[in-house]
Amino acid sequence: MANLLNIENLHANVEGNEILKGLSLKVNKGEVHAIMGPNGSGKSTLASVLVGNPNYEVTEGSVTYEGKDLLEMDPEERAGEGLFLSFQYPVEIPGVSMTNFIRLALNETRKYKGLEPISATDFLKLMKEKRELVELDKSLSNRSVNEGFSGGEKKRNEIFQMAMLNPTLSILDETDSGLDIDALRIVAAGVQKLRSKDNATIVITHYQRLLDHIKPDVVHVLYKGRIIKSAGPELALELEERGYDWLIKDFD
Amino acid sequence: MVEKQYIDIFTQYRKLIDENSAEGLNIYRDEALREFSQTGFPSKKLEDYHHTNVAKFFEKDYGLNLSQLGKDFNPYASHICDVPDLSTFLFFLVNDLFYNENIPVSKLPNGVYVGSIREFAKTHTDIFSKYYGKIADVKNNGVVAFNTMFVQDGFLVYVPKNVEIDKPLQLINLLQSSVDYLANRRILIIVEDGARLKLLACDHTVDSSNFLVTQVTEIFAGKNAKVDFYELEVNSEAVVRLTSTFVHQEASSNVMVNNVTLECGVTRNNYRVKLAGEHAEASVCGLVVAEKEQQVDNHAFLDHAVPNCTSTQLFKYILQDNAIGAFCGRILVEKDAQKTQAYQTNRNLCMSPQARMFSKPQLEIYADDVKCSHGLTTGQLDEDALFYLRSRGIGKQKAYDMLMQAFAAEVLQHIRVPSVRERLLELLEQRFKGEVSRCGNCLICK
Repeated sequence: MANLLNIENLHANVEGNEILKGLSLKVNKGEVHAIMGPNGSGKSTLASVLVGNPNYEVTEGSVTYEGKDLLEMDPEERAGEGLFLSFQYPVEIPGVSMTNFIRLALNETRKYKGLEPISATDFLKLMKEKRELVELDKSLSNRSVNEGFSGGEKKRNEIFQMAMLNPTLSILDETDSGLDIDALRIVAAGVQKLRSKDNATIVITHYQRLLDHIKPDVVHVLYKGRIIKSAGPELALELEERGYDWLIKDFD
Repeated sequence: MVEKQYIDIFTQYRKLIDENSAEGLNIYRDEALREFSQTGFPSKKLEDYHHTNVAKFFEKDYGLNLSQLGKDFNPYASHICDVPDLSTFLFFLVNDLFYNENIPVSKLPNGVYVGSIREFAKTHTDIFSKYYGKIADVKNNGVVAFNTMFVQDGFLVYVPKNVEIDKPLQLINLLQSSVDYLANRRILIIVEDGARLKLLACDHTVDSSNFLVTQVTEIFAGKNAKVDFYELEVNSEAVVRLTSTFVHQEASSNVMVNNVTLECGVTRNNYRVKLAGEHAEASVCGLVVAEKEQQVDNHAFLDHAVPNCTSTQLFKYILQDNAIGAFCGRILVEKDAQKTQAYQTNRNLCMSPQARMFSKPQLEIYADDVKCSHGLTTGQLDEDALFYLRSRGIGKQKAYDMLMQAFAAEVLQHIRVPSVRERLLELLEQRFKGEVSRCGNCLICK
């Protein structure tokens, strides 16, 4: 399978503290990788660094995405290249309507790929189709981005945006946190439908339950800024049963 | 002393000033002169003028048009306004002179007067003398006194009892002169009991000369009257604009004043609203987008004189480059004004390290059963929101524009005439793209 993402010996700081300490990871097209690990191990930092959050500083290592140096790109270029982060805490943006926002995002990423802006009819059709995918209420598209959305609506809105932008590499940062069983099922089903042999997904989660719906190919355990174990989906079940202690005790 | 030259000019040309104006305006000049001689122009030493040194602006030499000679160009020929519903009732003030020709004949309701303040003063002496100069107090206000001394013409709207003008009126204030020019204009808006008026006044600069403008506006809202007064300033950087807007509200009246500054030189807007009848509602809003060396200073004073009135102030500033913004909002709740509700919000964005914002909320409350609040923030755009937009593929500049638009749009959402609101939202968007040299298809401004 074609390699999509290649992280080598990645070190990253936030506010002067080193969080990632030599992380390496390879993701191929068509794969789903789960990244698990106790709190504070660096899972969200990895997600933030990959999408270019300016609060994180990479001090060492490299990230190659489809053969290109990802770390050299601005966040909007990364999005243009097909990278997408489903935020753990989606930001509320008062005054910016969902529809205008997603239309601009779609057209800007299309422009990056050398495509014409989408026609008004096609846009509305696409909106309707993707909204239904995550069962997002129609009225939300007339509201400001995430403003006054419930926790579940925010997470579904992230997956809705993912569906609209059709990324090549999606990173779901604790998309399951704060979701009830129904919302979890909807979100997972949405992600599942978007899977193809040409894209890949990194699922960051604490819990097995999301992985019941989104079957990973590989499960990694991240601890103290490094991946300490990688195995098949059975690892997630084992972690669910036994916790992390048996794994991390050698690294403390 | 900078005042002396103006006092000399006034004394020397008094006859010319009077001849080219109307008796109703002339009788106020002596008192104005007395007050002006005592008060003078406000200087930086006054607390309320810390950020706008008015006296300094008058040091320059400007031409005056005391003979009130008309302009040889027809603004109607070059102005094509593309705001729907607005082109019906369109009027011009060229500098400080009402443009009295070529006015398209449109049917205004019976008894309504829209036109030159000077002509109205001659033809409707009773009504005029009842309202003119009654709330624009020349005492302790050098600029208003100065305006009252020199003003010869301006714009007047009179809407008699229970009459409603359904479509909005538009007034365009043009600054046009090949030499540096001092314009003194006056606006008087009389909306009697139960009457309704919506007016949009747009300020534009045609020529590249230096301009100094004093504008005094008096708005009377009778019982149950409803008045919308929107102002849009798109002036050149060579314009100093000093406005003083006075509003008097009778019982259950409802007045909205909303001023949008998109391009300017130095602007100082004073608002003084008196809620004089119970259950009156006032909204005073302002939006400022300033860049380069532009300066905008808004002062609002809401006077709750009687119980059960409501006032809302919303002022927002976006300051780029070296722009300077100032806001002072004062709420006075007088002793008997129980059950007052008065709210004030001032939110500001400094988009560059050099931009400066000075903000001063003032609450002065003498009643004990009131709801008053004020909120003030000055800061930068939300970095998290910016990153969120960028992570979705929206480039930095477009993301900035989108967030600034969203920030500013809140003020425009208060505009109660949908066509005006939509048009101003579009203009705002163009402003962030740096394209607001003219509004729509209008050909006037170069």
